[in-house]
Amino acid sequence: MSLLSTHGLTAHYGQFQALFGVDITLEPGECVAIIGANGAGKTTLLRALSGILKSDAGAIRFNNEAVGDRPADEILRRGIAMVPEGRKLFPSLSVEENLLIGAHARKVPGPWSLEAIYALFPILRERRNSPGTALSGGQQQMVAIGRALMSNPAVMLCDEISLGLAPVVIRDIYNALPHIRSGGAALIIVEQDIGQALKVADRVYCMMEGRVTLSGAAGDLSREAIHNAYFGAAA
Amino acid sequence: MNWLDTIVQGILLGGLYALFATGLSLVFGIMRLVNLAHGDLIVLGAYLILLIVSLLGISPFLAALIALPLMFGLGFVLQKVVLNRVLGEDILPPLLVTFGISVVVQNALLQGASADTRRLPTGDIGVASVNLGAVTVGVLPVLTFASAVLVIIILNQVFYRTALGRAFRATSDDPVTASLMGIKPKTVFAQATGIAMMIVTIAALYLGMRANFDPAVGPARLVYAFEAVIIGGLGSLWGTLAGGIIIGLAQTLGAAINPEWQILSGHVAFLLVLLFKPRGLFPRAVD
Repeated sequence: MSLLSTHGLTAHYGQFQALFGVDITLEPGECVAIIGANGAGKTTLLRALSGILKSDAGAIRFNNEAVGDRPADEILRRGIAMVPEGRKLFPSLSVEENLLIGAHARKVPGPWSLEAIYALFPILRERRNSPGTALSGGQQQMVAIGRALMSNPAVMLCDEISLGLAPVVIRDIYNALPHIRSGGAALIIVEQDIGQALKVADRVYCMMEGRVTLSGAAGDLSREAIHNAYFGAAA
Repeated sequence: MNWLDTIVQGILLGGLYALFATGLSLVFGIMRLVNLAHGDLIVLGAYLILLIVSLLGISPFLAALIALPLMFGLGFVLQKVVLNRVLGEDILPPLLVTFGISVVVQNALLQGASADTRRLPTGDIGVASVNLGAVTVGVLPVLTFASAVLVIIILNQVFYRTALGRAFRATSDDPVTASLMGIKPKTVFAQATGIAMMIVTIAALYLGMRANFDPAVGPARLVYAFEAVIIGGLGSLWGTLAGGIIIGLAQTLGAAINPEWQILSGHVAFLLVLLFKPRGLFPRAVD
């Protein structure tokens, strides 16, 4: 039984249909990458999984329970945390407060605490009293990841964590992912950088226009197949 | 004329206006809700304290202690059942709803308590004063001002030292992302309105002890509260105290020059601040 799965997931933004019957699965401890071009529906899928966006058909199951109709705050308490696109740090909170708010509602035993986050990203300890939004983009991304980890989630959803960051910063962020996985969290990573995604993911789903067009183990997919699924060329 | 005495009385009066305004500032700061019923809720609080005093024969201070949780509950339910339904991008629906609440509260009080003016019994404390040489200050105005400062200190401690305060600030910044932290924004809003109603109760206590009140005096209290909040800078608690003091000072100085200028002077001070500092004296960095 999968840890998290969707079956025939459909979602709209007003009149615009963004997801068309999406099926994905995530096993315990696994890292799955969702890749695709802009507008493919990757972020919409994560928004539906996190409870921010209500799906209108299909099912989302987590720990063998239907959670598709649950609000975002309950989804977090059940163990699915999100690192949103654009980091979305709280401007009126310091770095440390941004981290602490991650554990506001879900206080479960686990490997992640303030000290563990500071050990993972030591620069955050130095900047702990700075406003979260005064940090560089990379440091803000570290705070956003740390904030999600503070709830000791079973699943962490990462939306475009490399977007707009310098290559050296992206490397640091991606170097942290194995530590996060070793802490027990399964990951779903939405990523436009195919190479980066293939390096860390066990399996890959490629999306286009709201549909999954390709899926498989990261090591089994050829560059040509991914290219075709990504850009919609005939395979 | 003793100008020093006038200034001190003005500052102390500012404490009462700050109490009127703090609840309004809190609610606006967290959920960007302008509560047009705020003044009427203060008057409602004064009637509730009067009712408890009449029923139990206790002092208004003890009655206020009993009224505090009741008013918290009223605020919580009001936000959960009514105001949360209309909060959104458009600021007009909540404005209209709070205007409706204002009309309902005024008329309910008129029906239940008549249009007669009332006052809370003060006992000896109402006339007690302390002579400080050039200045004589009333004990009640000093208590009012001290209460305003204490309320703002406590609110600041709650805001910046507690998990609840973090949730308030996070929800104020971005309710959607706050929900990703497991926070229920609508419950946070209800808690904030509940706390605002507790401050309203303290304001009602001093309003009722220092002046006559009737069901129709709420809107004027709302105007003073608005002016204090806007002078101080929207969402700034210490700014709200400063705003209250400026209005209190302006009114007292105006009255010292000509008693007919008292209310007008407060409004003129408000307009002058608005003219030169449209965002108020101490606007929050993020608004």
